[in-house]
Amino acid sequence: MIRTQEKNSGAAAGFFQQHWLWMVMVLLLCIVPFILPRIFTSRFALSLLNQMGIAIIFALSYNMLLGQGGMLSFGHAAYFGMGGFIAMHAMGRMYAGTLPLPLELLPIVGGLGGLFFGIVFGWLSTARAGVPFALISLGIGELIAASSLMIPAFFGGEEGISHNRMVQMTMTGFRYGRDIEVYYLIVCWMLVSMLLMYLLTKTPLGRLANAVRDNPERAPFLGYDTRTVRTYQFSLAAFFAGIAGGLFAINYEIITAEAVGAVTSANVLIMAYIGGLGHFFGPILGAILVTVMQIYLAGITHAWLLYLGLVFVAMVLWAPNGLAGLIMMHQPFWKAGLMHKLLIPYTRALATGLVMFAGVMIQIEIAFHLSLSINPSLPMSVMGISFSAYSPTAWILSIVLIIIGFFLFRPAVRNVGRRWQDTMASIGKGGAQ
Amino acid sequence: MSDTALKLVDVHKSFGSSKIINGVDLQVLKGERHAIIGPNGAGKSTLFNLITGFYPVSAGYIELNGHPITNLAPYKIHRHGLSRSFQVTNIFPKMTVFENIRCALLWSMGYRYSFWHMVGRLKKVNARAEEILEKIRMTDRRDIPAGLLTYADQRALEVGITIAGDSEVIMLDEPTAGMSLAETEYAVELIKSVTQGKTLVVVEHDMSVVFNLADRISVLVYGSIIATDAPEKIRQNQEVQEAYLGKEIA
Repeated sequence: MIRTQEKNSGAAAGFFQQHWLWMVMVLLLCIVPFILPRIFTSRFALSLLNQMGIAIIFALSYNMLLGQGGMLSFGHAAYFGMGGFIAMHAMGRMYAGTLPLPLELLPIVGGLGGLFFGIVFGWLSTARAGVPFALISLGIGELIAASSLMIPAFFGGEEGISHNRMVQMTMTGFRYGRDIEVYYLIVCWMLVSMLLMYLLTKTPLGRLANAVRDNPERAPFLGYDTRTVRTYQFSLAAFFAGIAGGLFAINYEIITAEAVGAVTSANVLIMAYIGGLGHFFGPILGAILVTVMQIYLAGITHAWLLYLGLVFVAMVLWAPNGLAGLIMMHQPFWKAGLMHKLLIPYTRALATGLVMFAGVMIQIEIAFHLSLSINPSLPMSVMGISFSAYSPTAWILSIVLIIIGFFLFRPAVRNVGRRWQDTMASIGKGGAQ
Repeated sequence: MSDTALKLVDVHKSFGSSKIINGVDLQVLKGERHAIIGPNGAGKSTLFNLITGFYPVSAGYIELNGHPITNLAPYKIHRHGLSRSFQVTNIFPKMTVFENIRCALLWSMGYRYSFWHMVGRLKKVNARAEEILEKIRMTDRRDIPAGLLTYADQRALEVGITIAGDSEVIMLDEPTAGMSLAETEYAVELIKSVTQGKTLVVVEHDMSVVFNLADRISVLVYGSIIATDAPEKIRQNQEVQEAYLGKEIA
């Protein structure tokens, strides 16, 4: 009884507490395009944001499988890509005027394409979860990737398919000639998709997907066919992947076989995992981080994929709950107002960790320079400092950095652990009083 | 025949060459509390898994409320009105206690695979879930992830999940296994109260539980039922005493 009273009195505050992240995000998304032109002069930032928005939908749809349904898929790109290709063909017809559909609704076409293939392949692959599911998803992904080169009429062969997005019909005043207009379209679809996927977790199907994930043995004795639950969840995930694919078609005006391929599938897995599967907002963080790495880091270094791999492996090993898990781990601390107690140990660990990483980075960059550069004896540069890859100073410095960093980092991490426990204990005492 | 809830006719089960169940005939009457007892390895849990569709039978016929359910998928058997618990605690550990119960209600209350209803707004379902929580006396732990409950609480929650769907036939597989004496007493009382008006089939090791709980007892030895009778008669049955009770109760 006390509980319900509390709930009622704090309803407004509770609503804000529950949904503050959403509100902040919507606000940010509305402001960003007004600030952007003042900060960036190039179209670079907008294309980054557009790619990010698409990645967020895609990663969230992936989490419907892995995070919410316990289905580890290695072939989710199939639905993204098929949605994209179908949307691209539709866009071509819309441009020619044979398909009377406004561009704003094109992502739905992609979504329906994804949904169709999701139902077909979902039913095939969801008879079991776990390893059989993962292997079947891999097989289906490869099947579609292989057929992309066999059916050039649909997939456009190696050069893919491209069409102009400035179609005849739109619902708004936009003609979508400018990137900012596409940005707004992507933001709208991203918000709608996010909201729908979030609400889906609150439906009977969403809850049963959790139940089937947690205990597929028990779920049938609640009256549910685990395969049907998985198929529904899979098909809906494929629908949202298809929406992301449709937006991809609009944004880039070209789609190639790469979109259905294994790299795209792996990418979305990495995004969702780095972000964190256990919380709804996790894959959003993952999509943002990985997209930034893909674009910024790829511009700086050839080794960016290696760094992404390092981040992924580190997350799997030391933070299996992802970025979202790391954030939520601190919930008791910020609620108790004790975050500052962790600040110094964290700074120490971060600083020493960076020293170690700097050494590793120099090694990686030298290795890449030596093996990839046309003329390895030309000077290379790391962080704006240029030196010769053959210079012993760089080698010695990097090794020294790694050694020093390592021996300082270890006690720093232990210190974080100690401080963590102390602070947790003090919260426990405070709670008991 | 209409007063029979569950009927087994000449049910057999072999795993490879080893015969676990050898021609079991069993009738469970509507509204009775029926216990299946037997020494270790008699095939009690196997029989349980055959009835609930967890394993297919090798031969024989099973009927639930007049519907043949032989070799149906578990979820279909459940939809004919049979619910079960497991010997090893089998809940949804990452979901809260309340969510565990609510999930168990959704099918029977008609929401099935719906992805257009918000569970938070299903007033009847939520009220019913609260009611069941009250019944299993876990209202104060409703928001705890089920995996963090004590063992006895998890068993109680499992009973809650099992009865939630409002099935007519409730099957409990060793509901008090691994519990202390006090916990067992509490659990038996709980089971009695929540299964009122329903048909209960229970597999149990603990004789005090069985004699306290059951209206009728079937004794399973080496895959066959050697006697089915009221508790007192079973106690006096010579064959049963030789086969089983003699050793444990003497």
